[in-house]
Parts: sequence; C-alpha cells; structure tokens
Amino acid sequence: MSDPGTRTLEANQTTPLGLARRGFCGRVSAIMVGGDHLGVSANEIERRLLEFGIVEGASVQILHEGPVGRDPIAVRVNGTTIALRRREAMAIMVGDHDQAAKTAT
Amino acid sequence: MTAIEVNDWRIALVGTPNCGKTALFNALTGSRQKVANYAGVTVERKSGVLRTASGHRVDLIDLPGTYSLRGRSPDEDITRDVILGKLASESPPDFLLCVADATNLRVALRLVIELKRVHRPMLLVLNMIDIARRRGVDIDLDKLSAELGVPVVTSTAVRRGGIDDLLGRIDEIAGKPTAEIIASDWTVPAASDLRAAQREADRVIRAAVSEPAKPDTWTTRVDAVLLHPVWGMVALLLLLFVMFQAVFAWAEPAMELISQGFDALGAFSAAMLPDGLLQSFIQNGVISGVGSVIVFLPQILILFLFILLLEDLGYMARAAFLMDRIMGGAGLHGRAFIPLLSSFACAIPGIMATRVIDNKRDRLTTIMVAPLMTCSARIPVYTLIIAAFVPNQPVLGVLGLQGLVMFGLYALGIFSALAVSFVANRFFWRDSATPPFMLELPDYKLPQLRSVLMNLYQRAMAFLKRAGTTIFSMMVLIWFLASFPRPPEGATEPAIDFSLAAMIGRWIEPVLAPIGFNWQISVALIPGMAAREVAVASLGTVYAIEGGNEAAEQVGQMLAGQWSFATALAFLAWYVFAPQCASTLAVIKRETGGWRWVLITFFYMLSMAYLAAFVTYRVALALGWG
Repeated sequence: MSDPGTRTLEANQTTPLGLARRGFCGRVSAIMVGGDHLGVSANEIERRLLEFGIVEGASVQILHEGPVGRDPIAVRVNGTTIALRRREAMAIMVGDHDQAAKTAT
Repeated sequence: MTAIEVNDWRIALVGTPNCGKTALFNALTGSRQKVANYAGVTVERKSGVLRTASGHRVDLIDLPGTYSLRGRSPDEDITRDVILGKLASESPPDFLLCVADATNLRVALRLVIELKRVHRPMLLVLNMIDIARRRGVDIDLDKLSAELGVPVVTSTAVRRGGIDDLLGRIDEIAGKPTAEIIASDWTVPAASDLRAAQREADRVIRAAVSEPAKPDTWTTRVDAVLLHPVWGMVALLLLLFVMFQAVFAWAEPAMELISQGFDALGAFSAAMLPDGLLQSFIQNGVISGVGSVIVFLPQILILFLFILLLEDLGYMARAAFLMDRIMGGAGLHGRAFIPLLSSFACAIPGIMATRVIDNKRDRLTTIMVAPLMTCSARIPVYTLIIAAFVPNQPVLGVLGLQGLVMFGLYALGIFSALAVSFVANRFFWRDSATPPFMLELPDYKLPQLRSVLMNLYQRAMAFLKRAGTTIFSMMVLIWFLASFPRPPEGATEPAIDFSLAAMIGRWIEPVLAPIGFNWQISVALIPGMAAREVAVASLGTVYAIEGGNEAAEQVGQMLAGQWSFATALAFLAWYVFAPQCASTLAVIKRETGGWRWVLITFFYMLSMAYLAAFVTYRVALALGWG
C-alpha cells in the first residue's frame, strides 16, 4: 500500500512523517511543531515526541495505519513501536530514506 | 516480624511503562504485597516487603510507569512526588531500583539519565534479558555500567532468574554508609534537555551494546493481522464477542454451584432456628441477601481475567490504536477504550483506569460516561427481568429473543455513552485542549499465570469484602424495613403492607408512577443505590417470597404475575441509565477531587433514566402491553 510518490523521495529532501504511507522508511531530520495543537502547546508536543525517543537521527518506519482515514499510524522508532496520530506526526520531518533503510537500527 | 530488626530500607521501583516492573515486583515480594491508594488520590499504591540476605527488611514500592519525571497525568505525578520525596505522608525512598526492558533500551536509558539528577543511590535492572539475548542483543554490562555511571544487573523477572544476584547487589549498594547526601538538582526538562539526554543514551548504547535488537518477529507477524485495517477490526469484534460469551456461558456452572450452596445454607439455618424473626433475619436477610450478590463472583472474575490477560499480552494498546479514530468521532480519546472496556466488569476499576489518560478533559468525559457501560452488577437485574418477561423464542432461526434483548441493552449503554461524550464535547469543552494520542505498542508477551492469578485474587477479595460490608448492611436494612413494624393481630393483608418499606415506597410512588413503577419497585431502588444487584434480592424480600429469594427464577415468576410487560420494559430502561451505585459515585468524587462531577453525573444519568423509562413505558402502553 506504499505510495510511490513518497517512496521515490530524493536524498536530503524532507517531508513530514504525517504525510507518509505505510511502508515508508526514513530518518528523522528535525522535530518542528508547527504551532499549538488544539490547546496543547507546541513545546509540550515536542517534548512528548522526544520522550518516545523520536529525536533527530532516529530511524523511522511506518508499520501500520489505522482502519479509519489511515489514522493513527504505528511507527517503528529504532527498536520501539509508537502509535500516534498523523496530526502530531506532521511535526516529524523525515528524509534520507535509502540510507536509513540500509543502516536501520 | 523477627527479633533482629536492622533498619528498614525504602526502595522504589521506577521505569517506563511495559518494562516488566510489576513482574519484577511480584518476583521480589511474592504474595507479601499490599494494594492501597496514595493519600488524597486514588492512584494505586502497591507495596511489598522482602528481606535481603543480610537480614534487612525492604519496603518495596511499585511506582506507576513513566517516561519522564515531568508528570503529565495523576499517575506520573505520583511517581515524581514519591521519587522527589514531595509527599508529606512519606519519606523519600532510600534507593531507586530502575527497571529497563533490555530489548528496548533507548527510552529507558534516557529516563535513567534523567533520574541520576535526583542523586539517590541507584541500581539499573536490565529486565527480560533472556528475550534480549535470544533476539541477538549483546550487552556489555561492565561497559554499560561505566558509561552510565550506574551499577547494572540483569534479571528475568518472570522466571525469578537473577533475583538472588539482585538482592545481593541491593545489600551491597544500600548497605554502604552514605558519605554525604546530595540534594536533588532535578528540574523539569526542557526539549533541549530531553534531546541531550537521548543523545547521551544513544551514545551509551553504541558503546555498550554490540548488536541492537531486531524487531520481534512474532510481534510483527501477529500485528500484520491484529493491526490490519480490516482483519484487525474483525479480530477486535470477535474478541469482544468471545469475552461476553464467556462471561455468560462459562460462569453458569460456577454460579449454579454458589446459588445451590447458599440455598442449602438457608435451608440449614431454617431447620436449625426456631420459626420467627431471627430465622427470617438469618435466612432472608443475611444468607439470601449476601448470596444473591456473591453469585456474580464467577462472572466478574471471568471478565477481569480477560482484561488482565489482554493487558499482559500487550493487546490493550492495539485496541486503543484501532479504536482511536472511531472513539475520536464521539469525542473520546483512544486510550479511553481500556477504561470503558473495564467498565463492563465494573465502573469502579474502569474509572480508576482513566488515570492512563493524561488530559483532564478526556479523563473527565471518560469518567462521566463509564457508568453507562453495562457493568456486571446490571447482569442479574437484566437476566431476571428478561427471563421473566421475554419469551425464549428463536429469531431468524439461530438467535434467541432473550439474548437479543440482552445484546440490545448492552448496545444501548454503549450508544448512550458515545452520545453523551459527543454532546459533552460539543457543549462543555469547546475551548479546551485536545491532547495528542501517543502510545507505545509493546511487543507481545505471554501473560504470567502467577501475576494474573495474584491480580484476580485481589479483585475477588475486593468484591467479597464489598459483599460482606456494603451489600450485607444494605440487606439488613431492607429486611428491617420490610419486617417492621409488625402487622397488628388478626390482619389479613400481607405483613409487608404494614411495614416501613411500604410506607417509604408509597411515599415515592407518585414520582415514579408515570414511568410505570409501583411502590414495591420504588422501595427496592433504595438499597439498589448501594449496589445495583441488590435490587434483585430486595424485590424478592419486598414481595415476601419466603425461603430462598436468591433463586432468581422464583422472583421472576413472582414478578411475571405482578408486573405488566410495560413496567418490566420501563424497569430495564431505567437500569440502563440510572446512577444506581453509591460506590461509583464515591469513586468519581475521589478521582475528580470534588462533588461537582459527582452531581453532574448523578443528575444527567437520573434524568436520562427517568426519560428513558417514561418513553419506554408510554410507548409500551400505546402498543397495548400494559
């Protein structure tokens, strides 16, 4: 079910994880929370993502998509699997997927 | 305990969720544990006692799992407050036992790095080391310890492996005279601190762990089905179906046995005691009253067994994942699925389980609708009325009409819960924050029989204690109300017509008459406030069926002769919504810290109950079922 559009990402190009489809492999290039999410401060969202080990350089892979609207998504972050909504995953900028797939840790 | 009483150590177990902390706690303390609540909040406080080789008595405290000491939910607040020694009622722990899942070190080590700032003696336990080794993880313990600056031991909590070693190390470290006590310099970590700590953790892992964990192939394979957009939902529904089937079908023989046991006990007491007030009190008030409630123990245990197994397996997080968007449509958080599922057993553990929801608004909505889920205490009431009034005829060949009505009542409860939370979201919370849904999907693990049984035992004891106290006293009360004052000499009407119960019932009756309730129902609703299931026994007592009113069938036959079909339906509708359980209201008060939410819940449920019963009764009358 992987989207060819996101699969053929070029190196160094970044995209929000929130737009990626199941099967996507990549590496986190930045955590950039666009703004407060429905009352939760951007800073809080950022800290929560960090607490799950989602930091710059971590490898990510989308394992599953939820049954309604492909949301939420289950993301493997290095060794851990984290479920999160696409809304929050928009803050996770990912790229460089080829290299990440090779050295996935 | 023993004569040689060396000074006690207070040791706190701390770690991320799902790291096997509780399994380690069970392995260390065995059955010598106590479950209570922290003063002022209902966060569960598990503590246990153990003794090290050197004879030290250790008070071990199991803290709620946390990713950081920041405290984002009441559970995590407690973990922080205990570790930092902020609780007025407790001294800070002498020692921190940090538990890390050896297959998932990244997040755990970041927490350890944060915990170092508290400056308490610490020992890191790499739990589930056997699984990690099997998955090819090679950890250099000395190096890990050196890089981290924290002593490290390994353990396999579920097999009690390494426990002696662990106890030895505790002796060694905690026994060292503390040169100086350094005050904690922990501060709330900013994003930059978290980043730095995670980088440091990743550096330590690169230095000490030669082969990182490959994904668990079992988990991957199982999730391919259970998290599949279609098959995952099918599996979830199937699972719920099996669960409720089990609650009704598997519990039957055990319930039969308990019921017969209490019948025999009642008959025995009747034979032993002379006729009169005392005999009536023991047989009708005490034995049959308490028996009519204890009979539901098997159903409650089966439901809890399922919930405990699913939790231990790691399925609950998956269910939350699958249900997040669906529940989100009704304004509920995906995490609310677990508390709401528990509420099918009983709203009390369900409401207590809402502590996993970190956002106040989502938590309050979940607490408010949890009592609408059909709890096991409603089962006897539904079973009784359905058996008495609904013919057991097949529908579409395979389904029974009785089962269908039962299913309808469950569905009505679920539907109303979703509707109420939807409305609450639209009108109450318009401006408040909707928090993110983020949760770890742990690897599947086989549940540990020992810990499941221990948990079930604790649940059973809690239930029996309730039956022995609250329910018992309510039964005594209803027996007293139904028996006094005694009828005058030569009265021809039934004795109960002269009783206090009749007076109270007739006094309430005008309010409840529009929904088709007579005075007997009105009076049975009062003890039903203490525990819903008591209504069955109360109706029995009020209708003065002598000898074994726990035999639901007898009460049922009696009711079938006394009530109209419309009244029976109205009674069922009432029970779907009525806020009829004082313990639930008490838990809401404790969990929300005040009367506000108790009153809101009580009145919205009462209004819905009255309205539903009224509409049901009127419609049934119009259909000619009066």
